Amino acid sequence: MINTDILIIGAGPTGLFTVFEAGLLKLKCHLIDALPQAGGQCSEIYPKKPIYDIPAFPEILAGELVDNLMKQIEPFQPGFTLGERAETIDKQEDGTFIVTTNKGTKHRAPVVAIAGGLGSFEPRKPPIANIVKYEDHGVEYIIRDPEMYRDKDVVIAGGGDSALDWSIFLTDVAKSVTLIHRRNEFRGALDSVEKVQELKNLGKIELITPAEVVDITGTEKVEAVSVKRNGEIFNRPCDHFIPLFGLAPKLGPIADWGLEIEKNAIKVDNSLDYQTNIPGIYAIGDVNTYPGKLKLILCGFHEATLMCQSAYQRIHPDKRYVMKYTTVGGVEGFDGSKKEAPKAVVKAIE
Amino acid sequence: MQDIKITIIDREGEEHLVDAPTDMNMNVMEIVRSYELAPEGTIGVCGGMAMCASCQCYVLSNHELPKKSDEEEAMLAEAFYVEDNSRLGCQIRITPQLDGLKVQLAPES
Repeated sequence: MINTDILIIGAGPTGLFTVFEAGLLKLKCHLIDALPQAGGQCSEIYPKKPIYDIPAFPEILAGELVDNLMKQIEPFQPGFTLGERAETIDKQEDGTFIVTTNKGTKHRAPVVAIAGGLGSFEPRKPPIANIVKYEDHGVEYIIRDPEMYRDKDVVIAGGGDSALDWSIFLTDVAKSVTLIHRRNEFRGALDSVEKVQELKNLGKIELITPAEVVDITGTEKVEAVSVKRNGEIFNRPCDHFIPLFGLAPKLGPIADWGLEIEKNAIKVDNSLDYQTNIPGIYAIGDVNTYPGKLKLILCGFHEATLMCQSAYQRIHPDKRYVMKYTTVGGVEGFDGSKKEAPKAVVKAIE
Repeated sequence: MQDIKITIIDREGEEHLVDAPTDMNMNVMEIVRSYELAPEGTIGVCGGMAMCASCQCYVLSNHELPKKSDEEEAMLAEAFYVEDNSRLGCQIRITPQLDGLKVQLAPES
């Protein structure tokens, strides 16, 4: 069990900055993120894109912003559970919360701050009416164990790197590989496209373009897919159908935690402290909504700051505290480091 | 600078003739959001970086639009309900030349 003062769900800019503001109040933080590295979208999706509205940075790359935040919070020694998705939350009799990830890692904290941004990134499902019925019965959106496809007939759909790379890989595993794409052109790495072309010429990959899978058939599991090409529909027998259409953000399991959801975001009390309808659970950054909400990183920083003051009062109801300027109080890290402005020397002149 | 008129057909099939400013660096997705023609969270999810297809629309008028960038092409290659006249609304900047533009929002996916 991982114990901490504030458990932050989401390690994007808002979640990271929460560590700093909490640290000033001597509160320790631990962050959970489904992505394998900290930084959220900034690291995963657009690390090389410039951001122009971070105060005091006329221009900063998203990746650099994350690097700076990581450096800023270093003294406060946050813990990280990365590559795992927060799945369930259970309130304990003592008022703390236990959050368990999809891999079973348990975390306990008196305060939970959801800084989940747009949510966790999940595979985009093609609009095939009966696809849900076959999930884990021949339909997989992510390839976890390639051995599963040994000597099987596999149909892959998609036109990006993922579809190309797995088509190439599975030719050495599966009995047959069929790649279906809506266009004749593929938009992946050139060497992958050329490799698929080569494997097609060798008869190791069957390419069906421009075409789409429009239906799935089978009693217990996938037995065939219906393919639409040039207005005609034909059946393609297969054991597995793997649609690879990239990822899209979804609120995910958090949506089932009993939180008040509005406009696909978590409703919070912005007049006070960004607390949700469940005391002790806060939502900050892009994941929350309130009248006048703006999904900006700088707003997330502000929300994190106010939230930490409220979290402190919740964790230490008997203590009194007033906010201090870092120019006055400096920064005392949990690692023993201390940063503060040099003291002025006052000397009388005779 | 003057506003232009554009027509947006929402996902329920209802037509909306709206004013779109040409001097605010706005795009079609932002116009849709500003008039609340699609529920929040179902359009412009990525904020306008051509990284999702939530603002996909079908261009119904004959306006000459800016050429698709590689990012837009890539996104449309992965999106659903794509037609020959599909564009990402976030990549269509509002300019005086687009006066009279008519678009229809693609289904949510």
